[in-house]
Amino acid sequence: MKSSIVIVSFFVLGVLFGHFEIIQVSAVDNDISFYALCCLMFCVGLSLGNDSNTLKRFTMINPRFYLLPVATIVGTLLGCAIISFLLPGRSVMESMAVGSGFGYYSLSSIFITEYKGAELGTIALLSNILREIMALLLAPLFVKYFGKLAPISVGGATTMDTTLPIILKFSGKEFAVISVFHGFILDLSVPVLVTIFCSF
Amino acid sequence: MFIAIGFMVFGGILGFLLRKKEFRNISKIITILIWLLLFILGLEVGANPQIISGLGNIGVEALIITFAAVFGSAAVALLLWKYINNRRKELHEE
Repeated sequence: MKSSIVIVSFFVLGVLFGHFEIIQVSAVDNDISFYALCCLMFCVGLSLGNDSNTLKRFTMINPRFYLLPVATIVGTLLGCAIISFLLPGRSVMESMAVGSGFGYYSLSSIFITEYKGAELGTIALLSNILREIMALLLAPLFVKYFGKLAPISVGGATTMDTTLPIILKFSGKEFAVISVFHGFILDLSVPVLVTIFCSF
Repeated sequence: MFIAIGFMVFGGILGFLLRKKEFRNISKIITILIWLLLFILGLEVGANPQIISGLGNIGVEALIITFAAVFGSAAVALLLWKYINNRRKELHEE
């Protein structure tokens, strides 16, 4: 819980700094975050390769873990379909189209804006940013109440890069392969599923 | 995205080659980089007036859909987790 609060604080601090223009976004731009991400991925790789136990654990993966991408897709779409009945202005298909972003906000919002207009596109952008933020901030809580696979499911398409370090930290290093595999499959499914649900 | 994964693979190979050596500070560096990246994500959200102003009305709708998606996937992931652990127990008992 404590680590979650620290993480939230850094994010909130960033929002405040950005909103009141204490730090200009153009000064940091996308380059620094990309370099930081590359450093992060390098360090994650280093710690994985350096730990001789991780390699042993990889070979002990239960093949049933490879069902996780299916669980994520079914769970997400089911949740979105049910909740759409509480949203008067949204059809089942629109709600599932937004959910099919699986946290991949750039691609899904571009697709949905193209097919369904800016309003649903903005909802897709916000919803999928929120999904990534929740995956990053609430990972310890998901492990506690929904088991070690839940942070991966919640992370959706982001589990092979941005949310991978958090998942390894709270679920354990032995989930690295599953997490990358899961992110890869979900990434591929985003354009396909979004297009399908927008075509209705 | 594939560049970032390339960095991880490179780090993994290097870490494996140097596995006799211990990297004690690596988890601290990872934590600090996570903080930095979240701070930058916050900067981008805070400086984007479209996202900030949209948080009012459209944001509520986005939040509701997100909660449904997140808890739906977490619930099915829990079912899979329980299924896998039950099977494991059965195999041990046999």
